[in-house]
Amino acid sequence: MAAVSIRNVHKSFGAVKVIQGISMDIADGEFVVMVGPSGCGKSTLLRMVAGLEAITSGEIAIGDRVVNNLEPKDRNIAMVFQNYALYPHMSVYDNMAYGLRIQGRTKADIDQRVQRAAEILELSKLLKRRPRELSGGQRQRVAMGRAIVREPTVFLFDEPLSNLDAKLRVQMRSELQSLHQRLKTTTLYVTHDQVEAMTLAHRMLIMNAGRSEQIGAPLEVYQKPATTFVAGFIGSPPMNLIPGRIGEGGKVLAADGDARVRLPEPRSAYDGRNVLLGVRPEHFDTCEPGAALMSPDIDFIELLGSDSLVYGHLGADKSGARVAARLHTSVVAKEGRLPLRFAAEHMHLFDPESGKRLEA
Amino acid sequence: MVERRPWLDFLSHGILILGVIVIAFPVYVTFVASTLSLEEIMSMPMPLWPGDRLIENYSQVLFAGTSTGSTAPVATMLFNSTVVALCITIGKIAISLISAFAIVYFRFPFRMFFFWMIFITLMLPVEVRIIPTFQVIADLGMLNSYAGLTLPLIASATATFLFRQFFMTIPDELAEAARMDGAGPMRFFWDVVLPLSKTSMAALFVIQFIYGWNQYLWPLLITTDESMYTVVIGIKRMIVGGDAANEWHLVMATAMLALLPPAAVVLLMQKWFIKGLVETEK
Repeated sequence: MAAVSIRNVHKSFGAVKVIQGISMDIADGEFVVMVGPSGCGKSTLLRMVAGLEAITSGEIAIGDRVVNNLEPKDRNIAMVFQNYALYPHMSVYDNMAYGLRIQGRTKADIDQRVQRAAEILELSKLLKRRPRELSGGQRQRVAMGRAIVREPTVFLFDEPLSNLDAKLRVQMRSELQSLHQRLKTTTLYVTHDQVEAMTLAHRMLIMNAGRSEQIGAPLEVYQKPATTFVAGFIGSPPMNLIPGRIGEGGKVLAADGDARVRLPEPRSAYDGRNVLLGVRPEHFDTCEPGAALMSPDIDFIELLGSDSLVYGHLGADKSGARVAARLHTSVVAKEGRLPLRFAAEHMHLFDPESGKRLEA
Repeated sequence: MVERRPWLDFLSHGILILGVIVIAFPVYVTFVASTLSLEEIMSMPMPLWPGDRLIENYSQVLFAGTSTGSTAPVATMLFNSTVVALCITIGKIAISLISAFAIVYFRFPFRMFFFWMIFITLMLPVEVRIIPTFQVIADLGMLNSYAGLTLPLIASATATFLFRQFFMTIPDELAEAARMDGAGPMRFFWDVVLPLSKTSMAALFVIQFIYGWNQYLWPLLITTDESMYTVVIGIKRMIVGGDAANEWHLVMATAMLALLPPAAVVLLMQKWFIKGLVETEK
């Protein structure tokens, strides 16, 4: 087991800069999820840790060794690929044993390790099968088994669950979690799925366009998104971001389309400043019209069951800021104005230019 | 088709049977002729039922040869043909596999240039480059040798191209997984690429074996020693001139014998052959 340290790492393919300076220290035994939209460079970063891509500049250290110039096999890591990359002509047993055989271990040692991994992953009965005779979830487990038998210091997962159906994904997610609790191996996990990221991670690294947007524990990222990108990426539906100017001594946000939003707590420090006001849909409550902080016009409603998603807009015409609110179905009106309020701790202010959070 | 159309069945079977007759009849005549004596063949019309000289004719060509033209026993020729066809086939597959592996999995300078160089040789079959090739082989003293018979035919752009296309369908992650497992490039080649190419290799084996077996022009040029004749050349040498001067019953027996090994290869490897051409096992 080992800590992983990523120090100001850059990667370019020709003139294209894919990773533009990412630093992160991963503690021993930590489960870190790298999450972001496709093309944000998260897989490339993982592949650099794996040694499958060269590092353009910066340093990656595993334990106390800088591994920039080490071959993957010398880094003492194991990787699970998105499409599993099992050897199709080898049995499950041979797939898991292959790396150990190359290491030149004894037959007894190999057998013991494979049997143990098979037991952990409930593959004992399938050891003689070929990958093509397995279901998606079983293949996924074999891929994990291949990683486990090597007893690496770091596990790398590259979108391991994205080829599975929704139900199996949930199941494998919890299996991954219990596996990590059992083995306590440092894990780097890449996904574009925010639910996976939130449920699995001790800490997450949110990436966008080759940069790190925020590093933090899932709850921290949810409660205090550092940028508008994170605010929009984590949470579903994404956080409402209402542009406007704070006025009247910090009590009111004058939004576009002459709509006004009252702030639950005055922010006199930002009086007269352009901001983005962020409120998550699930943090809205209905109230008496007199107590309302904002009253959007309802455009349409999506029924989810016990909850409903209400979409509306602020201001007189439809050009005003759009607002989505997640409310209990029983309190939702069909149309007209919807009086809404939200608590002060659920109010987020962002700088409209840089997209950065204004208050800690 | 689910419907019953007796007339259509009748018609399609008729056409198929006709096709089989057109193809098979000459082979049948060859077989019949190989069991007759020369006089019987020369009589008009030639009998269409097998004669009684089957064992006699075949043992004569196999172990003694004909008395006119070539006098080498056909057994030697069959052996030569087998050696040549196997050398060409195995050589082609081996060289194509490694060159395709190099082109697909390694980044070296002028990689695409080399690939196109190989590809362009498709336009230069043996017949086109036969004179310079002959000169080279003659200068190297390889006339009348297995090396001379096989070496110029071993390089194969077709097979290289086929393997290249196949290798490109192997997911990159497989190579990366092997790298993570600590397998070097050659280890990856032996343990992963080769086993996956088995069916393609089998398909190529069939095609190239027949190609090697049927070589005519090249062996005709460079073999002057009877002991180095391949069976295809042997047949040619047996036919020396006018109709009457040839021992047709022996020529026909040789032709039948020349037919058997390729047919056997096709029959035995049929399953693999089809698999190799259609299957994508990944």
